[in-house]
Amino acid sequence: MLIHKCDDIRPSEITSEAVYRNRRSVVAGLLGASAAVAFPGRPARAAAPVPNLKYTVNRQYQVADPLNTWEEITGYNNYYELGTSKTDPAANAGTLKPRPWTVEIAGECEVRGRFNLEDILKPHPLEERVYRLRCVEAWSMVIPWTGFPMKDFLAAFKPNSKAKYVEFTTLHDPRQLPGQLDNVLEWPYVEGLRIDEATHPLAFMVVGVYGRELPGQNGAPLRTMAPWKYGFKNGKSIVKVRFTEKQPANTWAIANAREYGFYANVNPTVDHPRWSQATERRIGGGLFAKRVPTQMFNGYADQVAGMYAGMDLRRYF
Amino acid sequence: MSPISVEQRYRWLYKPLVHIACLAPLLLAVGGVLHASGIGTVPAWLAADLGVDPVRRLLGIAGKTTLNLLLVTLAVTPLRQLTGNAHLLRLRRTLGVYAFAYALLHFAVYVGLFQAFDWHEIVKDLYKRWYIVLGFTALLMLIPLAVTSTNAMMRRLKRRWFALHRLVYAIAFLGVCHYWIQTKKDLSQPEIYASLLTLLLGWRLWRHWRSHRRAGLPQLREEAQP
Repeated sequence: MLIHKCDDIRPSEITSEAVYRNRRSVVAGLLGASAAVAFPGRPARAAAPVPNLKYTVNRQYQVADPLNTWEEITGYNNYYELGTSKTDPAANAGTLKPRPWTVEIAGECEVRGRFNLEDILKPHPLEERVYRLRCVEAWSMVIPWTGFPMKDFLAAFKPNSKAKYVEFTTLHDPRQLPGQLDNVLEWPYVEGLRIDEATHPLAFMVVGVYGRELPGQNGAPLRTMAPWKYGFKNGKSIVKVRFTEKQPANTWAIANAREYGFYANVNPTVDHPRWSQATERRIGGGLFAKRVPTQMFNGYADQVAGMYAGMDLRRYF
Repeated sequence: MSPISVEQRYRWLYKPLVHIACLAPLLLAVGGVLHASGIGTVPAWLAADLGVDPVRRLLGIAGKTTLNLLLVTLAVTPLRQLTGNAHLLRLRRTLGVYAFAYALLHFAVYVGLFQAFDWHEIVKDLYKRWYIVLGFTALLMLIPLAVTSTNAMMRRLKRRWFALHRLVYAIAFLGVCHYWIQTKKDLSQPEIYASLLTLLLGWRLWRHWRSHRRAGLPQLREEAQP
């Protein structure tokens, strides 16, 4: 088994036990500095709400850059089902009820049917992974997701040899997701991954952020995260997982095939037809931050490039 | 001695109000920047909420204010033709110059904050991205209008001044295109601007076409004579 060595972690990034044990008083002291939008590097983790999930930190998946704050991660979202502005989802998430929640498993696999979310999650111990998230709109964040490997999630349903792709479908219920009354996109939101992408060690099923259950605007109660792809590849509020032989038709490619493809790998050399993908703006960098050069596969090239060897990434964007 | 018109009597009141209204977006934006940076104590009502992506929000405030002011300047003539009130004309120059100022601010935020003076990327944008090309063209076209906005220039150019300032139709159109093309999916806001612009330009087109028809039809010409 190849253990990936990650030398991103500096000793200064590891929270000292004293700070950890006194985190509540640390938070109180930091409330005075909470409005520091203009100053990067603020201690995001200490200011985040207290975790309510049991998890371990996976030291293998860390990022050297500072974490985005809870406010940024839960207050700046693309979730058109809850409104099309960046602040709409947080304002409108009240109608989304993440419990009770069932997930339907279908397609080319042995274990099919409707399952309660609790039963699906039970066998999987939670871990925290810090991933970069790069939106196709050319902004990015660094987010501590809480979840478990997608590989393990899918293996439990025993996909057969005909399963070449996995399709993830989001909830379709305008009473819970009132933005779906507006046909800005075709509902329900559908996304998919090739089976090797879905079973790649990086692919992650997410149930929380900062060790807290996902808020509605981040895709409660269950969402996916493939960090080497543009953010729209990650379906939120998943209600159906289907193993398919044919490539799923993903919603953004249906909306505009010229601008959004199926693979959507982060690629600074392939521009969006209307804007450049060469650089990105890191949220929380403040007014005077320089744009960050976008990395191939969002900086995960050493881990994922092999899956696309020989593929024309300009054609399969 | 001619009686003082209502407009003249209240000029001391409405002129400053117009300036305050035009400056308000800038003041709120500056307040928002100071508030977010923790510099000084800015009351909440004087600070625009810049959110977690302040640069984008500032671009939007400056850009939308430019478009808003351009649309208001385009509404002056139709309103004058509808109400018979010529006093609005006095405001048009003020509004137009403010529109230019906000367009410059929008461009400055783009160069200095959005691209952080990355000249390589700026040059690439200026020839590769359609919405930037159109926006920059509109800004360039505003310059001669701003330069010739003075009374002295109006006297010097006479009829040519009117021809030059008709460029505002193209500028407003390019501005709306600039907004429309860069919008990812939800076109509801650009559609509102496009509808208003169509209304304001369509009005002029209709008036122009109607007066030409009037000039051509003999029976209408007879009616027009006292």
